[in-house]
Amino acid sequence: MEQHFDLTVIWAGIIGFGLMMYVLMDGFDLGQGILFPFAPNEAARDTMMNSVAPVWDGNETWLVLGGAGLLAAFPLVYSVFLPALYIGVFLMLAGLIFRGVAFEFRFKAKSSKHLWSWSFAVGSTVAAFAQGAVVGAYIQGFETEGFVYSGGALDWLSPFTMITGLGLVAGYALLGSTWLIMKTEGELQDWAYKITPKLLAGLLTVFTIVCIYTPFVDETVKSRWFENISIIWILPALSLYCAYIVLRSVKKRQDGMPFVATMGIFLFSYLGLLASKWPYIVPPNFTIWDAASSHNSQLFLLLGFLFVIPIVLAYTSWTYWVFRGKVKAGGYH
Amino acid sequence: MELDPLILSRIQFAFVVCFHAIFPVFTIGLASTIAGFETLHFKTGNPIWQKLSKFWIQVFAVVFGIGVVSGIVMSFQFGTNWSNFSYATANFLGPVLSYEVITAFFLEAAFLGVLLFGRDKVPQGVHLFAAIMVATGTFISSFWILSANSLMQTPQGLELIDGMYYVRSWSEALFTPSFAYRFAHMALASFLTAALVVAGVSAWFILQKRELEANRKALSVALWFLLVLAPAQTVIGDFHGLNTLEHQPMKVAAMEGNWETSTGVPLLLFAIPDKESQTNHFEVKIPKLASYVLTHDWDGEVPGLNEVPIEEQPPVFIVFWSFRIMVGLGLLMIAFAVWGLILRPKGRYYKSPVFLNGLRLMSVTPFIAVLAGWVVTETGRAPWLIYGQMTHAQGLTPSLTGGMALFTLIGYIIVYALVFSAGVYYLLQVFKGGLETANAPHEMEEIERPKRPFSAAHAAIDGEE
Repeated sequence: MEQHFDLTVIWAGIIGFGLMMYVLMDGFDLGQGILFPFAPNEAARDTMMNSVAPVWDGNETWLVLGGAGLLAAFPLVYSVFLPALYIGVFLMLAGLIFRGVAFEFRFKAKSSKHLWSWSFAVGSTVAAFAQGAVVGAYIQGFETEGFVYSGGALDWLSPFTMITGLGLVAGYALLGSTWLIMKTEGELQDWAYKITPKLLAGLLTVFTIVCIYTPFVDETVKSRWFENISIIWILPALSLYCAYIVLRSVKKRQDGMPFVATMGIFLFSYLGLLASKWPYIVPPNFTIWDAASSHNSQLFLLLGFLFVIPIVLAYTSWTYWVFRGKVKAGGYH
Repeated sequence: MELDPLILSRIQFAFVVCFHAIFPVFTIGLASTIAGFETLHFKTGNPIWQKLSKFWIQVFAVVFGIGVVSGIVMSFQFGTNWSNFSYATANFLGPVLSYEVITAFFLEAAFLGVLLFGRDKVPQGVHLFAAIMVATGTFISSFWILSANSLMQTPQGLELIDGMYYVRSWSEALFTPSFAYRFAHMALASFLTAALVVAGVSAWFILQKRELEANRKALSVALWFLLVLAPAQTVIGDFHGLNTLEHQPMKVAAMEGNWETSTGVPLLLFAIPDKESQTNHFEVKIPKLASYVLTHDWDGEVPGLNEVPIEEQPPVFIVFWSFRIMVGLGLLMIAFAVWGLILRPKGRYYKSPVFLNGLRLMSVTPFIAVLAGWVVTETGRAPWLIYGQMTHAQGLTPSLTGGMALFTLIGYIIVYALVFSAGVYYLLQVFKGGLETANAPHEMEEIERPKRPFSAAHAAIDGEE
């Protein structure tokens, strides 16, 4: 199997990149939904929705790509995670549907507008919580027999995964509030400045719990972090430094830096998590090589990815460029 | 009673896929229709074509939006309920679905924005190009997904090693023997759907005496298309049937309600197939016609269901009747196409209220026919998930319990019922607004140009904009 090594690692990189893209991009627009009920007023809510309306569905396409890409490159992940997370996946999809149609219907509705506001808020929060619980479930590991999930329907829902669920809700809300700092002005921006430190505190609490908890449930993680003092300690350190930057830039009332630094927190925490678990992709039993699809299939798809993904990225950047600048307050229609 | 996760998962998959399928089948045809209107406008400069295009783009935006939302669900269904199937076929299915995302979904998303909101922002030629790209994207998408389905119907090019399929030849696996027929049959079905919906809606507008000139033109074009497409679909369908007879004889046996392999088999117009007693009740038949249709010989031999044990027979009643619904509606479409031709002289086709009202009703028939056709081909494959190789039961997620499956089935039914009623309500608003609203001057601010479905349509959902 030695000659297959490289391709599987490349695919781990591609899938890792795709998931990070999804988390960062859909994170700030799910964040709008999470913050929705707490917004200062109805005009602010309209602006919040407008700020992400042009880009949210492109963001969610990365989730579909993640699902299909996992099936293609690491089918074992697909066929263990989805059955194990059966109920959670349903809740996430239902959440995404309700928030997706809310985008479209809320601005068209008059008397039923508040219903679509709730649909947007609840859908976004449920989807974010379910995704956070997935991260927790990944850290916990999955009970398997042979190559098949053998645990129960609600194994994924433990006190620990509920904490990671809430953690991602706080994290997405933080991405959402720093996005608002960047994209809005006036009253709404003031409000976003005000809530950002609180959301950061929430996120850091969960961050600490995960850091303390994880080495205790997983021997590999423990030995990796504590037995060989290694370079990976730089990752949580960078996360915390980014958190400090968020605070400092909020205090200085800079408007772009908080969002960039929040993305930094996500990126380094994510890399830290991967560094803990590498190369286990279905913990505790399977590595990326156990989970990989055939060399032939990985190669067949890689050729397409190398050609098409740069075009997709170019287009995506272009959309963001088209909708650059501050979103003005005011109605939609 | 013990809840059976297999039955519930099959019902759930049938439900979510049927719900999803009615949207793309319409958008594939409609995207080409819009590209056609835009081309005509570009070539002739006649503003009527632009008027029509603007209206149908609004319809497209709503339908495409629901298709996207329900499509996200599909990409996770394979893993949640059919994990053994997903795992076994991942070496083929994974790349195929991924290619669909990167070559079709992103292409559609990119150019849909330009099509919906870019009319005033880009030159007319670029806008036309966007329309053509969206149409191309829908076809690329159906290429991949029908290739995946055809492999499940007529598998080849794969090798099974230790419970996992490996692709021996990509060209064989992508282009299985039934693929070309399935693709042609589906593409024609999409065009037929668009033609009949455009005809029906135009007829409705004409009956209301709205925008007569443009709607008459649209009706005329739609009827010409119908005249070519409806008979062509019968021919393609016949070829597809012969291909099925060769590769999946039990499906054809169920379609014909033929229990015993024999010669000179009659065509059944009506029957109540009874799997338990392995016979039909209340048969109404035309002697020898089934043999002739299937073998082009009045005394040809047609395979019967008794060639396989009962547990390997598909649910005959469902397949038998779905097939008759599909064919019956197809014949009705031909009748309307011919009727339209007879009414053609002196423009009587847009003057006859009976004909116009008939067309209005006909606009729902392609959706029923397409779903019936999919029920024939999917149910007719039972008990096989991959024909002759893997059964539904083998493909099911092992850890799935009946309770879990029931929970999500009810959940999806509730979610889709809500989304569907809101979507239909909104679509009706677009129809009520008609070409007039679609072409009304509309001031758009910068923030009002979101590049995504639904928002192209300006009607207020509560009808009080």
